[in-house]
Amino acid sequence: MSWLYMAWRNLGLKKLQTSLSLILLAFGVGLVSLLMLSEKQLSDTFDRNIKDIDLVLGAKGSPLQLILANVYHVDAPTGNIRLADAQKVMRHPYIEEGIPLAYGDNYRGFRIVGSNASYIEHYGATLQSGRAIETPFEVVVGHRVAATTGLQIGDTFFSAHGLQDETDVHKDKTFTVVGILEESRAVVDQLLHCSIETIWAVHANPNETIDESEREITAVLLKKRNPLAVLTIPNAIRDTNMQVALPAIEINRLTQNFGIGMNTLRAIALIIMLISFASIFISVYDNLLARKYELALLRTMGSSPSGTMLLLLLEGGLLSIGGAALGLGLSRVGLIILAQLIENKFQYDWNSIGILPGEWGLFGMAIFVGLAASAIPGISALKIDISRTLSEK
Amino acid sequence: MIACTDIKFQYRTESPVLSFPNLECANTGQLLLLGDSGCGKTTLLHVMCGLLQPSEGQVAVNGQDLGRLSDRALDRFRGEHFGVIFQQSHFIQSLSVMENLAIPHFLLGQSFPKQEAQKLLNALGIDHKAHEKPRDLSIGEQQRASIARALIHKPSIVLADEPTSALDDTSTAAVIHLLEEQCAEAGAALIVVTHDQRLKSRYKNKVELTPSSHVTS
Repeated sequence: MSWLYMAWRNLGLKKLQTSLSLILLAFGVGLVSLLMLSEKQLSDTFDRNIKDIDLVLGAKGSPLQLILANVYHVDAPTGNIRLADAQKVMRHPYIEEGIPLAYGDNYRGFRIVGSNASYIEHYGATLQSGRAIETPFEVVVGHRVAATTGLQIGDTFFSAHGLQDETDVHKDKTFTVVGILEESRAVVDQLLHCSIETIWAVHANPNETIDESEREITAVLLKKRNPLAVLTIPNAIRDTNMQVALPAIEINRLTQNFGIGMNTLRAIALIIMLISFASIFISVYDNLLARKYELALLRTMGSSPSGTMLLLLLEGGLLSIGGAALGLGLSRVGLIILAQLIENKFQYDWNSIGILPGEWGLFGMAIFVGLAASAIPGISALKIDISRTLSEK
Repeated sequence: MIACTDIKFQYRTESPVLSFPNLECANTGQLLLLGDSGCGKTTLLHVMCGLLQPSEGQVAVNGQDLGRLSDRALDRFRGEHFGVIFQQSHFIQSLSVMENLAIPHFLLGQSFPKQEAQKLLNALGIDHKAHEKPRDLSIGEQQRASIARALIHKPSIVLADEPTSALDDTSTAAVIHLLEEQCAEAGAALIVVTHDQRLKSRYKNKVELTPSSHVTS
């Protein structure tokens, strides 16, 4: 026999009331923690893919679209730019490195991106098997593309025009898989990599020859040598159809827009938590009223007033610990479901599914408020008039 | 051994002063306090076990003056020396009969003698109900279970407040017989407070409380 056991059994006696308190708190805590987790996952994913890309050069249009299309490959590109113009920027003294990208086709929904070897190297991805690209129409397949499509080394396939569906297939051009990438958890995992020449060749009209100066690409990922590049480059390209965008700033803007939705969700979550604390308070207070006689009985049998107060505090404490723990579990289930839903867009880092520091804070706060909510009936328990309570019935 | 001397009690300053006759009950002795409802029987019982503080007079239990104990010490003293049986049996509803029996020892910080509890329930004829919830017992069974709980920690005094008023004649005889038998076995003094005239003839040592006998205004 112990106070804890008694508190546990008392909660078990009122299963409905106990379940209601638990469910409410679990949902409140779960929602807040899910927001924390998904924000963390999102910013991790964003940061991992921005990785040293200071500027993105592409066709004029929405700068955010330019970033989403070329850094994360989740949006359509803004248009094409002339390779010759792009090369001028890449050779600018303030620019350390430029990675050109050209794309416009897909294989079963995965983008086929033409670039050079430095694109894959930039994300630290290595070959799991096979070799690097040597000639046009050779393809190195990203880890997740290989896992989803089952493409293996030596396989051949046709590409489809566009970035989404497979209605317009280029039947005359055959791609060959020569390598498969190790998982890097970056955007290169979900792309098929080939040379830029391959992209040009797919779209070339066999009856016309293209002047080298008319060659087009989609975008260039730039790494600056000098911070002034951010100011100088936009000026230098003012008269072209090109623009540069800063991934860090655009993503910041994006998350701020997200933020409004996030804040609404957070407010709803807090309201649910408040309701759950009210429910814990009512639950414990109701127990106090219904079991006043039992508490008086305990006093008659030798319990000190603090003993009966402890009993009520333990009931509130058990409820809040249970609800908060349930909530943290629930948010992880939610995250897994969420990850399944947006699997095609973002790579999730399962390593960070552990408890975040913010969640420990949330857990501690839930227990503290749960205890505080039961302290009010607890203090009333101190003041029970035993003699009167015993004479009432 | 319990002795009440010159006890006077007042609920509020404007309410009448109740004064009670002097009482004494030796260890293993029996005492019946008889009186109609409203004559202060329960008040006296609560004064005896320290739940109420008398405005005058003293209660001494085994030589200890209850008025000299601190609140916490009084709680503990009550738990240790008294076993109380109420008119209606009350238990911790969420716990089984056996778990309810473990409470007095738990509150006194002593280990629970489960075998003795089993023996006690056996003697009271409710050993087969040990693991049921109190509310699943009949009224008579509940009253026996509360006798077991009042005696389990071997108190020196058992106070019974209307232990039989909710019972029919047959159950009354059985319950009061068990109560006396178990108190005698445990060596505890038994003080029964009741208006139940059925019990009157059973006790030699009895005090009748009447409103007029003790109200001095």
